[in-house]
Amino acid sequence: MAGLELLSDQGYRIDGRKATELRKVQARMGVFAQADGSAYLEQGNTKALAVVYGPHEMRGSRSRTLHDRAVINCQYSMATFSTAERKRRPHGDRKSTEMSLHLKQTFEAAVMTQLYPRSQIDIYVKILQSDGGNYSVCVNAATLAVIDAGIPMRDYVCACTVGFVDETPLADLCYAEEGGGVSSLALALLPRGGQIALLQMDARLHQDHLETLMEAAMTACKGVSKVLDEVVRQHLQEVSVLTGE
Amino acid sequence: MKDTPLANCERDFLLKAIEEKKRLDGRQTYDYRKIKITFGTDYGCCFVDLGKTRVMAQVSCEIVTPKENRPNEGIMFFNIELSPMASPAFEQGRQSELSVNLNRQLERCLRNSKCIDTESLCVVSGEKVWQIRVDIHMLNHDGNLMDAASIAAITALYHFKRPDVGIQGEEVTVYPPEERDPIPLSIYHMPISVSFSFFQQGTYLLVDPCEREERVMDGLLMIAMNKHREICSIQSSGGIMLLKEQVMRCSKIASVKVSEITELITKALENDKKARKAGGRFGFAESMPQERITALKKDETPVEMTDVTETAYDIVQKAEAPPQTVPSPVLPVPGMGQVGLGLQNSWGLEDDEEEEEEDDDSVEEQEEKVTKMEVEQHRKEQSSGDVVEISDSEEEEVIILQPEIPNRGPKNAGSSSDQKGAAKSKKRQTK
Repeated sequence: MAGLELLSDQGYRIDGRKATELRKVQARMGVFAQADGSAYLEQGNTKALAVVYGPHEMRGSRSRTLHDRAVINCQYSMATFSTAERKRRPHGDRKSTEMSLHLKQTFEAAVMTQLYPRSQIDIYVKILQSDGGNYSVCVNAATLAVIDAGIPMRDYVCACTVGFVDETPLADLCYAEEGGGVSSLALALLPRGGQIALLQMDARLHQDHLETLMEAAMTACKGVSKVLDEVVRQHLQEVSVLTGE
Repeated sequence: MKDTPLANCERDFLLKAIEEKKRLDGRQTYDYRKIKITFGTDYGCCFVDLGKTRVMAQVSCEIVTPKENRPNEGIMFFNIELSPMASPAFEQGRQSELSVNLNRQLERCLRNSKCIDTESLCVVSGEKVWQIRVDIHMLNHDGNLMDAASIAAITALYHFKRPDVGIQGEEVTVYPPEERDPIPLSIYHMPISVSFSFFQQGTYLLVDPCEREERVMDGLLMIAMNKHREICSIQSSGGIMLLKEQVMRCSKIASVKVSEITELITKALENDKKARKAGGRFGFAESMPQERITALKKDETPVEMTDVTETAYDIVQKAEAPPQTVPSPVLPVPGMGQVGLGLQNSWGLEDDEEEEEEDDDSVEEQEEKVTKMEVEQHRKEQSSGDVVEISDSEEEEVIILQPEIPNRGPKNAGSSSDQKGAAKSKKRQTK
């Protein structure tokens, strides 16, 4: 593509990463007292807060009740100050409705909803700073929040975006790379079984490259899952020290 | 109005049929329904029939000021209208989840894949560009709206011609079609979406699900491709777990389907062009034989029907005569009613739970219990004459489980386990 060189001849990207290198992931669980589960996650410069309420009785329209499993209700919003240009509507536009829908689908696949019939689980995610990979950061943050709420899941859900430049897959795209006309693929993975909870791809890519790209995305997701696992373990250790066990 | 829910019987039937690799309309697993493409009188108007799903696309254009960050690019706008005309489940006015999903998917399929040269739509940089608007109306919903919409949209875009413009200094003139021939859009490639539905947690896969199949599916995977085997978008939805191999297989199937559909579209466009050039009759009204617009119009059934009468006759001849006597309903336990003819019930969802309750009993005892139950049942069958119940009064009888209560206490006594077994079977029947 014209303009930016996304991958230098030496194999470095704009922000100095290698092709398969992830951005630094930092996370904390249990950031709010009021919520049943909450988490804060930074992936490079993208920052997200996730809050989980539930499982609780159905609120709002009761007609949505499912008799055999829980309803998952997601809301994705972006803080007005999250992008370079101030956002007018933090949520409710087409793109964020779509994002909420995707989050919902991802967690419907991962959470053991059949354990909570006739109830509802709310997942609210807010992007505080947006620097690419919004969807994957939201999924990762929400996973931690769901774990913090103690809701059983089949496995961690880890998501990652992967781009394809010069026949090389780039893991965890940042904003500049996403905007640079790269064909990008977002994938949410349950790492243990290698199951894909959500797959989404934009822009053109030859069929033959799909496999390499998916392979790269899955490796990246597994990397994320390791970090998340560490965070959860550390959090549990801290909590158990506090409660004196 | 909310959609009428699908009956459990129908759901089971559909799933069973899918397991046996059969489909309601006689298609094979990877078959598309019949696609029919017709054009309206205007440029950029297109109707697509995908089986009974019917979609209309209309392309229009106007001159607008471009977006600030893209001063010399035309604007593409897609809008999918789910009118209540197509299905009672669609509501007027409100943006439903489905419509958002379809809209975004179509945008992703056609805009993000950059199949249309938007820079050629620029008239005056930073001031005037063409906005191309694609309106898609669902006319009849019989499943797989996305594929029908994507075919309709891309065909209509190919068919569309915008008026020519001329610039003299500051002045921009839009020429009417009589003065200068309108110009077709420049389109690089033809992305077409192919939908795959998954059943039974991804064990079974069908291409082009019809409405009934969509109701029972677990999830959907939409792959948009062009005939050069370039994937333009992928979207999974519906909370299923996919494996990488499944995605790869779907992409292979999609590439075959896309090349077939592309051929069909090109042919349809050519035919229309010829008809227009020859000055013959064309357009929507001409594409339908007279008096055949109504729902009474029947297409050929895809199922082989030639020797149905003979085969049916043969079957009837060979079949044994049904027994004249209707077996009287058998009751395993006195004091309860039942529906059906005393066959094993298949509702046993809760069987496991009940079994677990008795876990503390030894295995032998359980076995003994079972045989006892069977013996008892046989006995009842023999003397069925005196325990026949009239099913009218079943409601009251079913709930009474009195013999159970006094015998709850001692568990290991042989007689009580027998009683319990009876109670258990009673419960099973009520469920």
